[in-house]
Amino acid sequence: MTDPRSDRRRPADARDRHWYIDKFFEILMFLCGISAILFVVGIFLFVFREGLGFILQDMNFSEFFFSPKWRPTSLVRPTYGILAMVAGTAAVTVLAMAICLPVSIGAAIYIAEFAKGRTRETLKILIEFLAAIPSVVWGFIALSIMNPLIIDLFDAPMGLGVLNSALILALMAAPIVTSLAEDAFKAVPDTYREAAEALGATRWQAIRQVVLPAARNGLLSAGLLGVGRAFGETMAILMSSGHSINIPTSIFDSFRALTATIAAELGETAVGSPHYRALFAIGIFLFLITFLINMAADFIVRGVRKG
Amino acid sequence: MSGPFLSSSGAPPPEPAIRIREFNLWYGTFQALFDINLEIKNGLITSLIGPSGCGKSTLLRSVDRINERLGYVRIRGSIEVFGQEIHAPQVEPAQLRKQVGMVFQRPNPLPISIRDNVLFGYRIHHEKGGRLARSEADGIVEEALRQVLLWDQVKDRLDHKATDGLSLEAMQKLCIARLLPVKPSILLMDEPCSALDPRGTAAVEELIWELRDRYSILIVTHNMAQARRASDECVFMLMGRVVEHAPTDQLFVTPAHRETADYIEGRFG
Ligand SMILES: Nc1ncnc2c1ncn2[C@@H]1O[C@H](COP(=O)(O)OP(=O)(O)OP(=O)(O)O)[C@@H](O)[C@H]1O
Ligand SMILES: [Mg+2]
Repeated sequence: MTDPRSDRRRPADARDRHWYIDKFFEILMFLCGISAILFVVGIFLFVFREGLGFILQDMNFSEFFFSPKWRPTSLVRPTYGILAMVAGTAAVTVLAMAICLPVSIGAAIYIAEFAKGRTRETLKILIEFLAAIPSVVWGFIALSIMNPLIIDLFDAPMGLGVLNSALILALMAAPIVTSLAEDAFKAVPDTYREAAEALGATRWQAIRQVVLPAARNGLLSAGLLGVGRAFGETMAILMSSGHSINIPTSIFDSFRALTATIAAELGETAVGSPHYRALFAIGIFLFLITFLINMAADFIVRGVRKG
Repeated sequence: MSGPFLSSSGAPPPEPAIRIREFNLWYGTFQALFDINLEIKNGLITSLIGPSGCGKSTLLRSVDRINERLGYVRIRGSIEVFGQEIHAPQVEPAQLRKQVGMVFQRPNPLPISIRDNVLFGYRIHHEKGGRLARSEADGIVEEALRQVLLWDQVKDRLDHKATDGLSLEAMQKLCIARLLPVKPSILLMDEPCSALDPRGTAAVEELIWELRDRYSILIVTHNMAQARRASDECVFMLMGRVVEHAPTDQLFVTPAHRETADYIEGRFG
């Protein structure tokens, strides 16, 4: 049986120059694609290898999580408690978000729902510009502008501490939260706004009663990514926090962040020493928390897609 | 062209629900409506027909000023709703839209519960002071859903999101139901059945027919049979102008204009 079509289907040898070029780029792109994964896995393994030794050998769980005493260099008895740093990081993240979220979501509402043409473009460029400021510059602003300002305004003994860091972190997280929130608003179909307005709602009523609830998941994930941003920030916090180990009880108290501790101490420890490995254990802890935050954000956004 | 149409019954002509005079509209620099003069009678169903792009939706959307959302729309001329100029500076769009409800081509329930959909407009217009009592709200929801024959179908899932799990037909009925508690006097409908299957179309058409005693209805349709079946008067538009306005029977049997005849016989559009 010969099917007359079978002749036509048999290809001439397709391996000409274009075929090779095509294949070459395909493989190149594949390598680029998996290199990202390789790096992530590599970093993951490295951090875990260094930190795991501490966790298995030296770590006392209840001391690590529940003691506020971080005295890795004590000659008598070194202690590795991260409670104070966790409390400081948590306090500053919460305060930063309390400042950042209302401002960013307000800005996103203005940009997505009210601003038009030129104003809108200008605002978006300004916000992107804010995102491009390096973190050490924020630290510099914290030290040289916010610090005296807080001392003057609140008559505080010291301007470095929770409030200062929270303000800086709020400003640093604002661009990403604003632009993600704006995306969330843009994803709400205009027919909803039209329907609400045709029923007699004002622009603001339509936003409050229809657009905000419809964008809820997107906003939540924007907020979570903002939290992740604030949580992982290092240099600006190191410079604005005062860096002293204590559990903050007021917004003017100095504190020390987990990230800043690693940044400040890692260079001065002997590789492989318990102190060195304890810092990696903190790294693992940070890694897990940010991983969870990002997962949660991702999960919530997926929820949006499903309906 | 569309001179005032004389009622054949002897009764004195009542005040028109909508009176449009010398109305022009531009989208940016593109003029979509030209010198529209039209009187829509109170208590009747008037259908608006014409080929695609002739300005039916634009005209309809001018009556509740929802076109203004676009921001680049300019108008000239006058539209009165029960004798009140809708473009007068003291008229708030919200106030106008309380009196003039709109049903869109694509069913567009809000992404909130069925119950909240029905109450949405009512709350906007009546809940200035305190919140609505639960029992009163329940009554309003049931009555509105009963009127659109949707009550039995959704009474067990009033708290479900209206955008999930309802057929297009049910959604469109819900979109009609949510207008009723607001008690508008005029309903504008832009091809309300075009997204529905024949069965849904029949059901919604019947519903519209049921509503005719209580509301003045202006309905855009592409469907000649529907216009013929379901309307008292008919307006034919062409390229942004009103060509003919007559009782439906008359317009379909003895159209006064060549273009109308061509259109209803399907020679264009
Ligand atoms: N938002 C808009 N911006 C610019 N031009 C528009 C807009 N909406 C409609 N138009 C134009 O105005 C004219 C009238 O449009 P309209 O939607 O009123 O027509 P229609 O009679 O409702 O048509 P259809 O039967 O297809 O719904 C068309 O030429 C259309 O391209
Ligand atoms: Mg239309």
